[in-house]
Amino acid sequence: MGELVKLHYDVPGDDFTRAGEASSDVKKKLKTLGIDPGCIRKVAIAMYEGEINMVIHAHGGTADVEVTTAYIDIALADQGPGIPDVALAMTEGFSTAPEEVRNLGFGAGMGLPNMKKYTDDIRIETELGVGTTVYMRVNIA
Amino acid sequence: MDNVLFSTADLADCAGIEPVCCGQEREVTGIYCCDLLSMVMGRAQEGDLWITVMGNVNAIAVAALADVACIVVAEGAVLDEEARTKAQQQGINVYCTELPVYQTAMAVTALAAGGA
Repeated sequence: MGELVKLHYDVPGDDFTRAGEASSDVKKKLKTLGIDPGCIRKVAIAMYEGEINMVIHAHGGTADVEVTTAYIDIALADQGPGIPDVALAMTEGFSTAPEEVRNLGFGAGMGLPNMKKYTDDIRIETELGVGTTVYMRVNIA
Repeated sequence: MDNVLFSTADLADCAGIEPVCCGQEREVTGIYCCDLLSMVMGRAQEGDLWITVMGNVNAIAVAALADVACIVVAEGAVLDEEARTKAQQQGINVYCTELPVYQTAMAVTALAAGGA
C-alpha cells in the first residue's frame, strides 16, 4: 500500500490548552494531501479524544500517524497508570476524570467510545503501572 | 445534501446574538446544544450551529475538529482571551449572547423558519 506520509508528535501532559495541537496539525496535513473531508473529521476527532485522555490520565505521551493511500493509522502511546478494565473504560458514560477536568467540559465518559465510533479499527494495549498504547485505523473511502 | 437552514451572516438578524469572532461565512445545516465537549464531538454534525456555555480554548478546538459552522456562547458566558485568539487563528465563527440556551435555540430556529 502506498505510504504518503508519517507524522510524529509529543503530546504535552497536564496542559489542556495545548491538547489538540497534534490532531489540528494532522487535520491540516490531511487536507493538503486531498484526503476526503469526512475521513479527516473522523481522524481529527478520534485523535483529539486520545490526546485529551493522555493529558488527563497519563501526563502526556506521543502520537504517531501514518497515512497511506488506503488508510490512516494512529498510534497514541503513554506511560500512564494503564487501564484496569478496558471493557468498562469503553462503556459510554464511564469516567474516572477528576472534577476540574469535568469543569472544562471533558470527562463525560465519551472519549474511548468516540474513538471507537470514529475509527474502523481500534486496539488497546495496556499494562498497569507501565502505560497504554491505542492503535486506531481509519480507512480512506 | 444537507438542508441549509441559513448562513452564519444571517445571524445578524437575530437580536441579542452578537458576533465576537468572524471567520469564513458558513452555511448552517443543523442546530445542536450541549456543553460536554466529548458529547459534542460524538454527536454534533458538520455544519451545525452549536450552542454552549463553554467559552474556553477547548471549545474552539472541538468546533474546529467537529467542523461546526459556528459557536453561539449563550447565557452571558464569556469567550476567554485565549479562546478568542485561537478562534481568530483557526477562523472559527463565534457569537455571544445573554440569552439562555433554550431561548437562543428558539431564536435560531425562528431564523431558520424565516421568522427572526
